[in-house]
Amino acid sequence: MASQPPTLSGKQAVLAAMPDHPAIKALLAWKPDALSDAKFDFGELTLTIASREIRAACSTVQAAGYNFFEDMTAVDWYPLAPRFQLSYHILSHALKERIRLRVLLDEAEPSVASIVPVWPGANFFEREVFDLFGIRFADHPDLRRIMLPDDWTGHPLRKDYPVEGYR
Amino acid sequence: MSEKSMSEKPGAAVLELPTAESVGGQRMVLNMGPQHPATHGVLRLVVELDGEVILSVRPEIGYLHTGIEKTCEAKFYQQVVPLTDRVNYLDPLSNNLCYCLAVEKLLNLEIPERAQWIRVLLTELSRLNSHLIWLGTHAMDIGALTVFLYTFREREEILRLFEAVAGQRMMTSYFRIGGLSMEPPLGWLHRVAAFIHGFPEKIDEYSNLLTGNPIFMNRLKGVGYLSAADAIALGVTGPPLRASGVDIDLRRDMPYSSYEKFQFQVPTSTVGDTWARYEVRLVEMRESTKIVQQTLDGMPGGPVKADAPKIVLPGREKMKTQMEALIHHFKIVTEGFNVPAGEVYQGIECGHGQMGYYVVSDGTAKPYRVHMRYPSFATLQAVETMCKGRLIADLVAVVGSIDIVLGEIDR
Repeated sequence: MASQPPTLSGKQAVLAAMPDHPAIKALLAWKPDALSDAKFDFGELTLTIASREIRAACSTVQAAGYNFFEDMTAVDWYPLAPRFQLSYHILSHALKERIRLRVLLDEAEPSVASIVPVWPGANFFEREVFDLFGIRFADHPDLRRIMLPDDWTGHPLRKDYPVEGYR
Repeated sequence: MSEKSMSEKPGAAVLELPTAESVGGQRMVLNMGPQHPATHGVLRLVVELDGEVILSVRPEIGYLHTGIEKTCEAKFYQQVVPLTDRVNYLDPLSNNLCYCLAVEKLLNLEIPERAQWIRVLLTELSRLNSHLIWLGTHAMDIGALTVFLYTFREREEILRLFEAVAGQRMMTSYFRIGGLSMEPPLGWLHRVAAFIHGFPEKIDEYSNLLTGNPIFMNRLKGVGYLSAADAIALGVTGPPLRASGVDIDLRRDMPYSSYEKFQFQVPTSTVGDTWARYEVRLVEMRESTKIVQQTLDGMPGGPVKADAPKIVLPGREKMKTQMEALIHHFKIVTEGFNVPAGEVYQGIECGHGQMGYYVVSDGTAKPYRVHMRYPSFATLQAVETMCKGRLIADLVAVVGSIDIVLGEIDR
């Protein structure tokens, strides 16, 4: 077995272990309340952001050197609550390092601010999440289905959608 | 690559474009695709035109959507490997590698050195395969039909090498969680060596056909300019990003599968046009050849599978003679293996750019969520930026130059 990188769970543990991390430092300097949880697992840093603050948090980490939006997707934790998790993977070209921003959303009317104003490249990714999970993105310039036909019913990547589809 | 061979003025037009007034201001919406040879599959571009000048381009995708991410959730971890081949079917081994690395990170598996080196060797061959198809089809779009026959001659040999190790030409599924499916056949490394030895000459051949060709140069130089800032904002990765002057390559900057042990250059250009993307990819092919040569020179011995009997299938011989091996085989095939709960993201540099697999495990034998980040999906968003205000004929050159595969866009 390879040597396991240490696991840190909880905001306090992560803050204590890596106080000089540029993303954490920038987020704390901007708004300490927005960072609700943190985790360092498998060598990857996950920062949980309050859902209403995600766009501003993205601007903050962008200014802190995490310049490249790499990926964004959702996870459906049905039947747990909060049901939806959005994962943003942001890469820093200068630091050669990646962070994950995480947002948790409730099942009723899942909606979050679009980050297209920060990274236009998030456009297709948000449309995909809208299409396959039914999560809405406020102020998205072109929120239409991207993979499925416009008249499709349901959102296939939700866990209550059967793998074979509705028959 | 010499500085002189690149176009001098970034974004400079080769032809004088008619102004919007001179064509009478007649707007037209044109559907390019989904069935069009220059779209490399089933891409549909809704193009708004003023005469021949492009006002806007809207990619409409999803014609090849098969719901692979949903299918993954219903399979055991090891059953997902063959699904990944079918996503980017022109670079199959990179798909296998990225998924396997992600799951191995969750499992905290150590992969034997020989397996890692063979993985590097095969992903580089796979990158050559991807670049050869790009070069052939891109040149064909521009009208240089001959190059296609040359590149497919070499691609055929690469596919034969894949077939020799995996039994399949395109859907290889050769990498497994924990290593490789089996040791390459005897004499296979010599075949690779023979192929790689002659390959730089073949690149010269393509270069002779295209690099000095005035028609090819006029169609490519100054076309489809993308600035570094736009490329980063729009999520462009891989050769198009490096052709815009951003020096990032995950193989060098965030090494995986022992890439840190190989010496290679990462070609970049600051010109940012279609021609720069062509030049960057040609140099990349040469660098891949060097990496393959290094793997052949220093290929370590040893096993090709990790020592993890509950995850890696036992060899046939062991299974027929040892009780435990038989039990493990039966358990893995019928029940799979549990993967510790957690989430990982693994990014690698494939032929088209940065590929990423985001795997979420809930501790069972089936992945809770597999998300695939594929470079073409993000790069497609940059087409409008590259084509706006240019002629419709440039659109074909631009779509060719970003090297898209619809299988990975629609998934």
